[in-house]
Amino acid sequence: MKSCVQTIQDYGLRSLGVGERRLPTSDFTLCEQFTLIGSGMLWNIYFGVLALITGFFLATALAVGKSSKNRLFRKPAEWFIFLFRGSPLFIQFFFAYFLFLSLKKTYPMFDAFTSAWLGALIVLFLNTSAYSAEIFYGALRSIPKGDVEAADAYGLSGWARFRRVIWPTMLRLAWPAYTNEAIFLFQATTLVFFSAFPAWRQEGDALYYASYFADKTFNPFIPYPILAFYFILFTLFIVWGFGRINTRLNRHLPQTQRKKLRLRLNLAR
Amino acid sequence: MFSFCADPDALGTFRWFSCYLTNGVHMSFYLSFVKVLVLLAITAPVALSFGFVGAMAARSHVLPVSWLGKGYIAIVRGVPDIAFFMFFVIALDQGFEWVRHQILCPDWTDPIRQGNDFLVCTSAKLPLGTSPEWVHETYGFFLAVITFSIVFGAFAANVLFGGMNAVPHAQLETAEAYGMTRRQTFWRVLVPQMWVYALPGLSNLWLVLIKATPLLFLLGVEDIVYWARELGGTKTSQFTAYPHPDWRMWYFLFLLFFYLGFTRVSEIVLERLMTRLSHGQATTGGEALRKQVTA
Repeated sequence: MKSCVQTIQDYGLRSLGVGERRLPTSDFTLCEQFTLIGSGMLWNIYFGVLALITGFFLATALAVGKSSKNRLFRKPAEWFIFLFRGSPLFIQFFFAYFLFLSLKKTYPMFDAFTSAWLGALIVLFLNTSAYSAEIFYGALRSIPKGDVEAADAYGLSGWARFRRVIWPTMLRLAWPAYTNEAIFLFQATTLVFFSAFPAWRQEGDALYYASYFADKTFNPFIPYPILAFYFILFTLFIVWGFGRINTRLNRHLPQTQRKKLRLRLNLAR
Repeated sequence: MFSFCADPDALGTFRWFSCYLTNGVHMSFYLSFVKVLVLLAITAPVALSFGFVGAMAARSHVLPVSWLGKGYIAIVRGVPDIAFFMFFVIALDQGFEWVRHQILCPDWTDPIRQGNDFLVCTSAKLPLGTSPEWVHETYGFFLAVITFSIVFGAFAANVLFGGMNAVPHAQLETAEAYGMTRRQTFWRVLVPQMWVYALPGLSNLWLVLIKATPLLFLLGVEDIVYWARELGGTKTSQFTAYPHPDWRMWYFLFLLFFYLGFTRVSEIVLERLMTRLSHGQATTGGEALRKQVTA
């Protein structure tokens, strides 16, 4: 029986391949389960944060494209959004993995794409772009007419008008829904290692380790609540962080008109 | 299936495919699509009734019941649904076996959890070790249906709870003024009116439910994802009359289009349903309602 500090040293970064190589196989302590599942959370955070940041930019571009009057921009954006919102993320993971696998046979440079850190990240990036783009598109459509007219009156046009008036207003309106999207993207990262992407050397995410323990002990009542604990903790963190940004985006409005963050459930993919 | 399929090696491309796509394993593949549809057909109403009970409990004036309902709604928030799927499948199975164990083997003294094992007496096993293969499969499917219903019931409870709260309060006050009891108000005034408010959320839920069906694979059911992986994998001529390289990419592309089509058709049908409902409500509900339904 090792001390808990020793366990954290051994398994704290196990999901990244640092520390003890062999996973514990029997007589699991609570500390081991907490440490390993927490270590797996690093992957969830990695996927969530990177996909969210990169997806933000593509989403903005797609939303602008979808609201464009030019068919050449509008149609591809519409199709992209429909493709990724209309099909299950689980199937997208599978398809992408096998696509990269067959590309790898002809072009060896696709080797990295078949591992989760890159391949799954790309799928998540495209997926969250589509979902966020739909949110941003909705916000773009509900920008008050007066705001745009005021910008015109000030002689702003083109890029300056977009950057100074339309884009900030879009963000402000979309922010509550975008917070939801961030939460659901973060939850969707648990699918990565349960689709086709292999967990190389048993370096997986939080759910991977949770199900590892559940399979070994045949007792789901300990690892899954631990997993839930971590996820609720991180969800609260997202809500807090996004709430801060929300306050900043709405800082020019009187207190009563500020849009509160209202969390809704219906975004699961 | 066709008479010319006797010798696949000698066939042209078109005939080869017509034979390949109709062989026995592909029939199982097509059957698994039926499984998905059956799952949807059973889960949707069951989840809706779970949701209804949950929302009713959350509105209750008895505090513990209301906590129970609100807890049920809140529990899916913040935790990935797939974690719930994986949890419930084992937990439900063990729960059923434990209950049967208590009833069927009262004089069993050994602890049920021994280290890493979950041991119940033989007659409490579900399904019984002696039962045929199809019972095992049906039991697995049955567990999956309950799991889906519990998780989506919580989603539905959230939507219905919102719908119930959206019914104008004046309507309920009017009902009380007419001397209706709380129960009568609930069933005769609140429930008929709440559907319009809940419909946008419910149709969204239906689309989410469709997209959650591939998770059946994780619950150990031989569903479309399972068969796509099986059939797509590289086949050598040693084991099958239809050898082919790794085609899993194409199988999953097909699944992708299946889901896209399914979602699109559902969207169109739901849109029609909503226009129809909002037509009926436009006179009574007024502008606010129309906005809500079309939003």
